[in-house]
Amino acid sequence: MNWLEVFDALERTAVGQTIRESLWLFPAIEAVHLLGLGLLGGSLLVVDLRLLGLGLRGRAPHLVLADARPWFLAALATMFATGIPLFLSEAIKCFYNYSFWVKMIGLTTGLVFTFAIKHPLVRRDPGRLLGALLGLVSLGVWFTVAAAGRWIGFSG
Amino acid sequence: MSLLPFCEWLASTRWSIALHESLWAYPIIESTHVVTLLLFAGTVMMVDLRLLGVAFRDVPVSEMNARLLPWTVAGAVIMVTTGLLLFYAIPVRTYQSVWFRIKVVFLVAAAINVWFFHRRVQRDRERWDTDPKPPLAARVSAGVSLVLWSGIIVFGRMIAYNWFDCYRPQSDFVYWLAGCVVEAQA
Repeated sequence: MNWLEVFDALERTAVGQTIRESLWLFPAIEAVHLLGLGLLGGSLLVVDLRLLGLGLRGRAPHLVLADARPWFLAALATMFATGIPLFLSEAIKCFYNYSFWVKMIGLTTGLVFTFAIKHPLVRRDPGRLLGALLGLVSLGVWFTVAAAGRWIGFSG
Repeated sequence: MSLLPFCEWLASTRWSIALHESLWAYPIIESTHVVTLLLFAGTVMMVDLRLLGVAFRDVPVSEMNARLLPWTVAGAVIMVTTGLLLFYAIPVRTYQSVWFRIKVVFLVAAAINVWFFHRRVQRDRERWDTDPKPPLAARVSAGVSLVLWSGIIVFGRMIAYNWFDCYRPQSDFVYWLAGCVVEAQA
């Protein structure tokens, strides 16, 4: 089974078909995906801005992370819960869409970077320079994911 | 009075046509508008969640405002700039979009809520600045803010869909709401 066959099977799932056959399901799920984007942005930015010495400067970065983390996880859950059905409804289109692949590579990078590198280091106090670097990389990766996601609709 | 003639004139200007027909400019402006949600809606949500007493409970409200609202303002500037350009690229259809009209009403309501919060709700902030759970008025204002901005995001996204466009058969109500010009009456 090659990748295209996998994507074809995904597109033919019941979830994908139901969304494709509905007039309003795709827009509705997409709208919730955008609300999740806002929450993701907020819970991400407070931490990354703080690492760059901006935003909530009065508090240690690990405290800001502790406050923001549950909301970041909730936002990620929302993004997956809405993003996967959206993908299932047009898996073949995504397969031929370079923005989709940029987004998937960015997303994988973002998740690994955030949970394996950024969060553990922030908890151990990375210092100013490394902290700023973590904040910059995080902003760069996640903004790429968001922009590539939007671009899927333009590069179809 | 209808703004339709003005929108028709806008649509006939050189830069509007150029933007509308552009291969890259329009998608880039549109993407900037959407990606700025991370900054604008994100910081709004963080401040509102603090006011609801469910996040950043040991950060004073004044500190959230002072440290984060400048970023919200920066986001708003990008939103308004790109939003106006998006309208300028497609003036007539957008003006006659039911979704756009509801979005504008919500934007006005959100602006009034911001004004009301800063002028009235926060007047006695010193007394509850460090409270983990702010008083009811502040929580209501934050809840209203979250509902309105969520609506603005959802309606904004719906502008892209043509379900209620004037060129399609619509009910009298939609014709009226969208300000469609019915040929027989015109």
